[in-house]
Amino acid sequence: MSCDDKVDCGRRRLLVATATVGGVAGVATAIPFVSTFAPSERAKSAGAPVEADISKLAPGQMMTVEWRGKPVWIIHRTKEMLDNLTKLDDKMADPKSNRLMQPGYAKNEYRSIKPEYLVAIGICTHLGCSPTEKFTTGAESGVTADWQGGFFCPCHGSIFDLAGRVYKSMPAPDNLEIPPHVYLSDAKILIGEDKKGA
Amino acid sequence: MGAANTDKYKSDGSAAGGLLEWVDARFPLLSLWNDHLAKYYAPKNFNFWYFFGSLAILVLVLQIVTGIFLTMHYKPDAALNASGIPAAFASVEYIMRDVPWGWLIRYMHSTGASAFFIVVYLHMFRGMLYGSYRNPRELIWIFGVLIFLLLMAEAFLGYLLPWGQLSYWGAQVIVNMFTAIPVIGPDFALLLRGDYVVSDATLNRFFALHVVAIPLALIGLVAAHIMALHEVGSNNPDGIEIKKKKGPDGIPLDGIPFHPYYSVKDLVGAVVFLMVFAIVIFFMPEGGGYFLEYNNFFPADPLVTPSHIAPLWYFSPYYSILRANTVNFFWIDAKLWGVIFMGLGVMIFFFLPWLDRSPVKSIRYRGPLFKGALAIFVACFIILGVLGTMPATPGLTMIAQVCSIIYFAFFLLMPIYTSLDRCKAEPERVTGK
Amino acid sequence: MKKLFLALLFVPLLAFAAGTEVHLDKAPDRSRDLAALQNGAKVFVNYCLNCHSASYYRYNRLTDLGLTEGQIKDNLLFTADKIGEPMTIAMRRAEAKEWFGVPPPDLTLIARARTSGSGSGADWLYTYLRSYHRDDSRPTGWNNLVFPNVGMPHILWELQGEQELSPDHKLVLAKPGVLQPAEFDAMVADLVGFLTYIAEPMANFRKELGVVVLIFLFVLFIFSYALKREYWKDIH
Repeated sequence: MSCDDKVDCGRRRLLVATATVGGVAGVATAIPFVSTFAPSERAKSAGAPVEADISKLAPGQMMTVEWRGKPVWIIHRTKEMLDNLTKLDDKMADPKSNRLMQPGYAKNEYRSIKPEYLVAIGICTHLGCSPTEKFTTGAESGVTADWQGGFFCPCHGSIFDLAGRVYKSMPAPDNLEIPPHVYLSDAKILIGEDKKGA
Repeated sequence: MGAANTDKYKSDGSAAGGLLEWVDARFPLLSLWNDHLAKYYAPKNFNFWYFFGSLAILVLVLQIVTGIFLTMHYKPDAALNASGIPAAFASVEYIMRDVPWGWLIRYMHSTGASAFFIVVYLHMFRGMLYGSYRNPRELIWIFGVLIFLLLMAEAFLGYLLPWGQLSYWGAQVIVNMFTAIPVIGPDFALLLRGDYVVSDATLNRFFALHVVAIPLALIGLVAAHIMALHEVGSNNPDGIEIKKKKGPDGIPLDGIPFHPYYSVKDLVGAVVFLMVFAIVIFFMPEGGGYFLEYNNFFPADPLVTPSHIAPLWYFSPYYSILRANTVNFFWIDAKLWGVIFMGLGVMIFFFLPWLDRSPVKSIRYRGPLFKGALAIFVACFIILGVLGTMPATPGLTMIAQVCSIIYFAFFLLMPIYTSLDRCKAEPERVTGK
Repeated sequence: MKKLFLALLFVPLLAFAAGTEVHLDKAPDRSRDLAALQNGAKVFVNYCLNCHSASYYRYNRLTDLGLTEGQIKDNLLFTADKIGEPMTIAMRRAEAKEWFGVPPPDLTLIARARTSGSGSGADWLYTYLRSYHRDDSRPTGWNNLVFPNVGMPHILWELQGEQELSPDHKLVLAKPGVLQPAEFDAMVADLVGFLTYIAEPMANFRKELGVVVLIFLFVLFIFSYALKREYWKDIH
């Protein structure tokens, strides 16, 4: 700022200094207020990892557990289901799951740690509806004549295969999200955390 | 708003200037700025007592902002949760513990309530010291007393929300005061509660009134208070009209623009206030049991009354007046007299502009009668306040009765002693401190 | 005039000379003693948390006291599955009411709620927990000097021993307990310290932050006061 006769420089400097200190005070005050919008301890506690017991989950069956208020599906896939997955690659929008919708340890053909168990968040990547299961194959399923089993989102019709991969030309842009999870034992999965007993 | 400013803003050619011109052509931005700040001429001799008006606005803003954030987490629900705690009470502790920084915002709001009354009581006392309620400022004063009344209602309604023992029983007692009104009283109290006792229904309606209805009315009245003030101009510690002595440019000789002179001065006042406010919030948030009462950390229990119920400190002078009425008089019983006098104790402030017959406004030029009367009045008001926080005993009740009589005598005898008083001559121009 | 005015302001203070109630012993301050607070937490979880909840206090907040999540899970987490859950209890309120007459109150805020003119809530708790004595007229066999006809029996009696009321209304240790009186007092002080802490877990942080805020406001005061002086040079 140039100092000419009209501007009283000492006063201007003092004004800027006071406004700066006052501005810092204002921002510092705003921090607590904005912070209240963040999840509370209760929400964090509800969002803590959950354990799922998969010992009674028969092949071809699916169970749902709640994690952070969202449905997490655990699907025990049969040998046949797994074999079909590779055949569908050319129909998939992102067959190799290159867009990161899963932790690194689940970036493989079956999008899972153990091939037979798929753990996925049952929320459509389009606008957040929960797709319904369509495990029956063929025309009977009411999806397509060559349907190999998967999921159908009732809101805008996106379809996913049994690895949670989205078909081409669907409203949903991405494959279903795989949550962080870890096997505590053969029968127990901890959903929400990558490492045991943190 | 004084002489309406009809000059419109002319751009200096810059982008900001252009925008300002565009807006000012469509909205009276410049004239609002000038009428209320840059060309509002306030007397140059404001002293310490003149900080409390702007501080009251600061506290109002603080209460509204913190209140909005508390509303996001608070639940007006009297039902018991799994641990047997009323949901409303539990939600306050949720704010205190689980919501990030919730404790700070809650302490700001609870301390702000008391701060509001401290500031407003001092602001009103300023008016009484310097005769700010007198012609031509009667309407400013009336709006102000209305604000005071609404503030009391707002504080009372808000105090129920934490749903602690004192919240509950305080509301119970105050609502039951209305049963003293002949004929319609009991039904009116029932309508107020929406139930036969203070209950969930009461809590929900108090919540609605506390967060929406009363604040809206308060903001409207504060706007009217300031508009009326800026129409007639501010009083000052000398109690003389600066508009009577204008310079050739039409500006009062003893007037200075509110902005920047009083905006920078009030900023200092605001910072000092915030320092005191911070000391309470961070080092003594319970205010020694007066700002947050200890018994209110027990959840409301409709079956057990605490052994000693004291109203919040800012109501206690009026509570004392209520309790001081122990005599059935004429055909009216003491309970109704108590309510009548308590109500009159507040309402009588409305008549102050017409009760004061002194030829001068400011305490500086008043005679000994008014000075003595005001000092005794203030002492009685404080004594009544202290008594209101203590359990009633026959001795204390008698002190309260004497103080109540003096309280009303101060107002009712005012026409007599102010006209008899030996006043000094007011100066022509404002004087220094 | 001003002197008379000031004198009148002090009149109300005389009214404050009101009588106090029971004499309370001063509770030792444990607010900065993490080891003592950890011990208090252990005592609380073992002796109190069976009947009394602390339902606004979450287990994982015990990390404030220097405990790790692993330690909390292994040693203290008895009434909940997850470490983020609050200290609730399994006892049903209706049953509790049948057993004790009144359901045992939640203790999260007890140290704040029991504050009075006689002393802090900590003082009250510290005195109360050490003032149990034998009283055969009570259904539990116990009574308390600070809380007459209390519903709760003397939970810590094995540690303290049995006190009796002497004819001049003083507590006398009739049968010694497992702990020496000084040890027992120290243990109760730890417990009370813990109760004081959970009543306002942010209290220490609040005070620390307060110092920072005040220093900052003081800087702002200096600047704003200088600014005011600068502008008001013009006004004579």
